Amino acid sequence: MSVAATSHGARSVDARHGTDELAHKRIVVGYGFWVFLLSDFIMFAGFFAAYAVLKDATAGGPGARELFDIGNVAVETLCLLLSSFTCGMAALAVSVRSRIWTQVWLLATGLLGLAFFALEMREFHELIEAGNGPQRSAFLSAFFTLVGCHGAHIAVGGLWLGTMMAQFWFKGFNETLIRRFLCFSLFWHALDIVWVAIFTIVYLMGAAG
Amino acid sequence: MSAEKETEWQGQLAPGDELPEDSGLSAGVRGYVIGLVVSLLLTAASFLVLHDTFLWKPGIPVALGVLAVAQMGIHLVFFLHLNTGPDNTNNILALAFGVLIVAIVVSGSLWIMSHLNHNMMLMERVMDLHQQR
Repeated sequence: MSVAATSHGARSVDARHGTDELAHKRIVVGYGFWVFLLSDFIMFAGFFAAYAVLKDATAGGPGARELFDIGNVAVETLCLLLSSFTCGMAALAVSVRSRIWTQVWLLATGLLGLAFFALEMREFHELIEAGNGPQRSAFLSAFFTLVGCHGAHIAVGGLWLGTMMAQFWFKGFNETLIRRFLCFSLFWHALDIVWVAIFTIVYLMGAAG
Repeated sequence: MSAEKETEWQGQLAPGDELPEDSGLSAGVRGYVIGLVVSLLLTAASFLVLHDTFLWKPGIPVALGVLAVAQMGIHLVFFLHLNTGPDNTNNILALAFGVLIVAIVVSGSLWIMSHLNHNMMLMERVMDLHQQR
């Protein structure tokens, strides 16, 4: 992508990103990652479709209404929503190149994500201990696939977040890292959007019967 | 010609970029705070709808669906900074295509599987008749 991007049409966008060449690359990278996220949504759509089809196939076992603890889900939702907010605060800290505040907000994001992940793993553990693991019924297979896939995304996002914190700390704010962080924040916000669909369709509609 | 093209290209925004009119830290913070507060209200409404009795029972899933779609919209606008401006057209078009595929996958699966279930039920009934004979 070494197309000569010279100073034609210097708009407000350029003013915020230094040279034109870098603004150009930032847009290409962000757009490419956005397309990846949309394909991730399509993968989740497949799991949602499987869950919706199989949610009554309980094989005589317990259904959504008996299994899920809505209080736990409310806390998980709050953790993820707040971590989306702190991720936004970290993006603002990066935009003003504040090293300390970037670390503080990223740490808050990571801890909230970790709390979410721990609560989810505890829920899975309790379900499996009670004999309601993924092998119990088609409904539970679909549930563990859908919610577990989201949890795996959160775990990967957490590793990415830790890497970004270390890189920002030791390498400072260079254009490559800032681009990488743009992708991370897109990823993290997108996971929160998927969680909105999960807590509505799996947990709340499940409890509503 | 190429100059025009580059001008157009320069006017694009990456998804998630802060919007030009939101420049400044306080405006940025305000956007995220609005997003957080509205999301919290919508989430609280979702959980309340479940427990309260003021909604007609079969209407609850519809209300939950509406609240979820509203919250996803809030996330897209205030956290991912998508808007309808000309510099966001590519991002919106990609999103629209993604939503189309998601809708086809989910509604198509449900439609086909419910028809299959319906047909299978008839088959079972037919087989029962065979066995009774």
